[in-house]
Amino acid sequence: MPDAKPLHEGLFSWPALSPSLIGSRCLDCGEHTFPSQDACRACSGQNMASADLGNQGTLWTWTVQSFMPKTPYHTDETPETFRPYGVGYVELACGLKVESRLKENTPEELKIGMPMKLEIISVRKDDDGNDLLTFQFCAAEETN
Amino acid sequence: MDVAIVGLGMHPFGRTPSMSGLEQGAAAARAALADAGTDFKRMEFAFGGSQDSGNADSLVNLLGLTGLQFTNVANGCATGGSSLNAAYSAIKSGQYDVGLVVGFDKHDRGAFNPKPADWGLDDWYGETGLMLTTQYFGMKIQRYMHDHGISRETLIRVAEKAFRNGSLTPTAWRQTALSWEEIKNAPMVSEPLNKYMFCSPAEGGCALIVCRADIAHEFHPKPIYLKTAVVRSRNYGSFEVFSPSQPTEVADSPTVTASQAAFELAGVGPGDIDVAQLQDTEVGAEIMHMAENGFCAHGDQEQWLADGVTEIGGKLPVNTDGGCLANGEPVGASGLRQVHEICVQLRGEGGARQVPNEPKVGYTHVYGAPGISGVNILAR
Repeated sequence: MPDAKPLHEGLFSWPALSPSLIGSRCLDCGEHTFPSQDACRACSGQNMASADLGNQGTLWTWTVQSFMPKTPYHTDETPETFRPYGVGYVELACGLKVESRLKENTPEELKIGMPMKLEIISVRKDDDGNDLLTFQFCAAEETN
Repeated sequence: MDVAIVGLGMHPFGRTPSMSGLEQGAAAARAALADAGTDFKRMEFAFGGSQDSGNADSLVNLLGLTGLQFTNVANGCATGGSSLNAAYSAIKSGQYDVGLVVGFDKHDRGAFNPKPADWGLDDWYGETGLMLTTQYFGMKIQRYMHDHGISRETLIRVAEKAFRNGSLTPTAWRQTALSWEEIKNAPMVSEPLNKYMFCSPAEGGCALIVCRADIAHEFHPKPIYLKTAVVRSRNYGSFEVFSPSQPTEVADSPTVTASQAAFELAGVGPGDIDVAQLQDTEVGAEIMHMAENGFCAHGDQEQWLADGVTEIGGKLPVNTDGGCLANGEPVGASGLRQVHEICVQLRGEGGARQVPNEPKVGYTHVYGAPGISGVNILAR
């Protein structure tokens, strides 16, 4: 029975009812990183802990990938079925800005400062028919 | 010991199907040697680089096996800047009297496709479609336009200037000026940047002969003095390409730190510069680099471009040969092309694109992945 699994382990909590991004936090200086790493980019320390980065943020900047990238891009798409996708940095509650694919893919739908939420999508199927998963952000409902 | 540039050589940028990248580098080196009235046997050292066309020191097979010290430099888009920086130090230290700096490349058509592992990243980053420099450039100028009130019209003006200047430059790849409408209506690549707003990977070679200032007139009647050559990498918080995450605080880019160090070492300020080359991988880069190099405040570019300040006849002519936009980017040669053009302008040999009123001090700035910047200040 085909299943679904992360394309790369450790980027987000899975399986989970409400998946969130996983990064690391420096116990010496408090700075966050994504993905996790075992040394700190800010203070060069090696005292890192895993950190739940949450699943919501605001759009800090964006663009649209309008043509199908060459390798190493690897999905089940063909030049005929390729669908442009948004790319942006989403600022999370901890202040870290994470680069991500965006569901929205037109300038009309994307605006700096708009609220975003995490979702998990399939990148492609592996040889056994399993979905390989990654994260993207999409527009969140405004909570006025 | 001061450092002088006494020989300029270029193999035209663009496409030369009949020649390898290495052969284009050799052609540039021979042209520079001829310009300096000397030959390869006189060279005591060489620094050279190419990203995709093999080891630069293979050039000795074409130029002569003279036994000189030849060091290969591999520093991405800053390869040319780093080679010149190394040559500057070699002369400045008194180790050598005269040498060659050379860069060349021959890239495939289309966007570069870097491998995540070469940049310390895991495969998922590339496989899911985030490993494209074009996205980074789109996102950086998008945020900059939002923060500093830069309009789409200003993006078009930069492209218009580049191709107009390219049309005046015999060695440029793109020698046809483009109209406002042609640029405005070109296919979108990465919002807000369209096809005519990006430079393309290309081919070409460029070489310089560098020597001690006190023997410069033995080689050329109009030596150009290299006042300083500075290369810097990124600090924590600088917004750079191939970054899965960015910290909360945005720090100054390596361009800011390289520029400040260069001005301090050369003992001049931005107001003293008569002609400049600023890395224009795309139009947004030229706009941001005007401010990052200290020539104007963030946001002033909107008015500067509208007023033609950076045109050939303006107060600060920028990218008089059409820059990367009109010349394309053979990575190994590109940073040296910038220095070549400034030397041409300071010699007064710019022909149809010559900056008026005999410019005295010039400036070059190269920038590349993953956050390297090289600045040179030159004077006659």
